[in-house]
Amino acid sequence: MSGFLQNTFNGLVGGAFYALLALGLAVIFGMLRVVNFAHGAFYMLGAFGAYVLLAEAGVPFWAALVIMPLALGLLGMALERAVIHRLARLDPLYNFLFTFGLTLILQDLVKSRYGVQSSPYATPAELSGTVDFGLFDFPTYRVFILGFTVLLCVAVWWVLGRTRIGTVVRAATERPELTRAFGIDVGRWVTPVFGFGIALAGLAGVLAAPMRAVNPLMGADLIIVVFAVVVIGGLGSIFGSVAAGFGIGLVQAWGEAYLSDFPIVSQTVVFVVMAAVLLWRPAGLFGREEAPA
Amino acid sequence: MSTSSEPGLRAPQPPTGPAPGSAVDTPAGQAARPAPPSGLLTVARAPGWVRYALLAAGLLAALWLPNGLYPAVAVDILCWALFAVSVDLLLGFTGLMSFGHAAFWGTSAYVTGLVAIHAGLPFPLAVLAGALAAALLAVPIGYLAVKRTGIYFAMVTLAFAQLVYYVANEWRSVTQGENGLQGVPREFFGLDLTDDYYFYYAVLPIVLLGLAAAWRIVHSPFGRVLVGIRDNPARARALGYPVHRYKLTAFVLSGFLAGLGGGLFAVGHRFVSLDVLHWTTSGKAVIVVVLGGIGTLWGGVLGAALVVRLEDWLSFSGFEAIGLVTGGIFVLVVLLFRRGIWGTVAHWALRRQGLRRR
Repeated sequence: MSGFLQNTFNGLVGGAFYALLALGLAVIFGMLRVVNFAHGAFYMLGAFGAYVLLAEAGVPFWAALVIMPLALGLLGMALERAVIHRLARLDPLYNFLFTFGLTLILQDLVKSRYGVQSSPYATPAELSGTVDFGLFDFPTYRVFILGFTVLLCVAVWWVLGRTRIGTVVRAATERPELTRAFGIDVGRWVTPVFGFGIALAGLAGVLAAPMRAVNPLMGADLIIVVFAVVVIGGLGSIFGSVAAGFGIGLVQAWGEAYLSDFPIVSQTVVFVVMAAVLLWRPAGLFGREEAPA
Repeated sequence: MSTSSEPGLRAPQPPTGPAPGSAVDTPAGQAARPAPPSGLLTVARAPGWVRYALLAAGLLAALWLPNGLYPAVAVDILCWALFAVSVDLLLGFTGLMSFGHAAFWGTSAYVTGLVAIHAGLPFPLAVLAGALAAALLAVPIGYLAVKRTGIYFAMVTLAFAQLVYYVANEWRSVTQGENGLQGVPREFFGLDLTDDYYFYYAVLPIVLLGLAAAWRIVHSPFGRVLVGIRDNPARARALGYPVHRYKLTAFVLSGFLAGLGGGLFAVGHRFVSLDVLHWTTSGKAVIVVVLGGIGTLWGGVLGAALVVRLEDWLSFSGFEAIGLVTGGIFVLVVLLFRRGIWGTVAHWALRRQGLRRR
């Protein structure tokens, strides 16, 4: 029983990363109809930034947790203004291609400077050790990640659902023309929302740094899994993306624990689930109507 | 940018209304959109002598190629040309951007390699086996993927290609994992084809056959229906065409052609590594098509020649970060050169002939 709980906990922690990345993808997609391939690259930049800040400037984890999302968010806003914005008027595939190219560039820039080997990042001292849950112990850092991510998702949900800004963003997502007709400047919110999505990716990267190998390729494979996650959840649905993220994390962790003879299972289960969802509900589990793609 | 300027991909949308091509075909908004003329159809409207001159020039260039380049690079160009054309068949003529075509290219490379090593068949038969395996794999993937369109189609195909990659990576007893399949023979009825120069001329007829098949598909009634589906799926369905089945057929045919290229690639390199299944390979195929010109068919051949030649030159001159250049090409082409080479030339020719108004 305690083993099962432990695996479940691990799955939720793994799912937290999917959820953060899928959440960023979903808000960006909602506002701009852009699927950001470079999301994984920004995640990688978040982790690498934290590593470089610590190794070369001695900036601690907590500061990096604030600095990197802010810096990447600003970078994302500049990117949106400079390029994404112009391409968004065309077929969405062009932005997909553009951000794909950007991914290759960012990866190789980091690779040529720091090589492909993984760099270690120490867990911050305050979060080392374990928490005793009675039935099992759990690393404090993972508990922190899970709590932090859940709080963040609730906060985003609250902002979108309960505040004026959120109302505008949701309205602009669903009926841009009508929202504009009410005299609301939709364009004003596009850039901040894009920056926010990128900042979430950067945040996920910083959180991942002490737990996962920091290397230039860490984001690329992850983003493909996240794409499958948002296809499962329904990219148009923010709640669906987050829920699918946690769900896939759970399924992967259980697969890893109980089918450990078949490592292929935990790697590929997400794609199998995606295939099943496509058969059963092509629009995604929580995608009510098909979002224009 | 005028509406007619971007063949294949859809023209810029006004900010309102549902974008076209949603999977659960949203009815409104995709009513009467003028079909963008594809570069190929443009050339098809050129005078006969222009077309024959272009064909002759292309064939001559193909015959001359290994004399002007390293033969090994020339072989790579042939394989990639086939790969690009197979992607354009979907992207340009069916309106589906497959971002996972490495699955077919790579599967065929592995199957070709295994058949060549273990059965010792002449290489064209091994390649045929590989291409058939790729087409077979395209059936389930295509069946699921055509349920979505647009950007979702790209994500779904990308995800399935990654699944194939993981399976190949884990299935070490067959694929040799990261070591790759080594020593793929170039058996051909006892002829000595170890020299890349002669091998090129053995490969050329197969590639030309593949390209001719692609041309034939596009210019058949079937191909016309595909273009109709690309431009207005709702109307195609209303006219009674089984849209999903047409898309799936196009997907499988495209997978076969990609497999043909991948199998030849395996025999050409006498080695198959996991790279053939990697997502960067899928992406490179798409950018080769965009560079050449979406919906132009032969543009992909030009794009393949340019990209393969450039990458060879870069790796030869000891440049490490090839992704920087490939990514740079991606970004520049998407930002500044969306019509691609062939599309741009066709566009100029059209303007000069005053054929713009149909």
